[in-house]
Amino acid sequence: MNELRRTFLKLSGSAGTLALATAAGVLKPGPAWAAEWNQDAFAAKAVSDALKNLGATNLIESKDIVITAPDIAENGAVVPVAVTSKIANTQSISILSEKNPFPLAASFTVSNGGEGYVSTRLKMGETSNVRAVVKADGKFYTAVKEVKVTIGGCG
Amino acid sequence: MAEPMKIRATLQGDVADVRILMMHPMETGQRKDSKGQVVPLHFIKNVVVTHNGKVVLDAQWSQAVSRNPFLGVRVKGAKAGDKIGVTWTDNKGDKRTDEVTVAAPS
Repeated sequence: MNELRRTFLKLSGSAGTLALATAAGVLKPGPAWAAEWNQDAFAAKAVSDALKNLGATNLIESKDIVITAPDIAENGAVVPVAVTSKIANTQSISILSEKNPFPLAASFTVSNGGEGYVSTRLKMGETSNVRAVVKADGKFYTAVKEVKVTIGGCG
Repeated sequence: MAEPMKIRATLQGDVADVRILMMHPMETGQRKDSKGQVVPLHFIKNVVVTHNGKVVLDAQWSQAVSRNPFLGVRVKGAKAGDKIGVTWTDNKGDKRTDEVTVAAPS
């Protein structure tokens, strides 16, 4: 790590070299393999817009998606949410908290042996449905679970 | 400089159970500080989890993910000694990468 850093410092010794390196694509801003952040979907204020920008149309209700979240969350700032998809070939999992100012909370793309399972913690402004949207084989599946929030976590 | 993540990867059969704890304020852009000033948006946008260098999970997040985010994932076909890497990038361009080896079940 340290040696790498030194090489980097040497390389960036003169601004000219740095500009050259950037131009040559050696130092790309941001990880090159990361998918582009879905600005439109994350900025959407309505659930339907967020879904549309995710490309999720013709949602199919599915019992093969299990949302693990508390029935009552005392603290809306930390609501543990886990989504397990038993649908074969799960490609992506998105989680929406329907009454948040921006409903789309997270979107996960699974590949190379990653299982259809994610677990995280979300902020929830008020009591609302948590919706999971799973993409598998080009089709979109969905499930909801209501979480009652005692103290909102968006303030 | 961002603080290191806490990552634990334990083998359960042929599935590695990976649990990651990141240190980040995850500001929503709606909270006000004690002086009544709005604290600007500052949150992790992207998290990439790799298994022996191959991307297994690419997460896009919004500010709705809790402070000091937790992420749990499962990686199929993992063996003890495999490398699990995690990189996050936030909306200010700050990033952090950490790596652990998969531990054998105890």
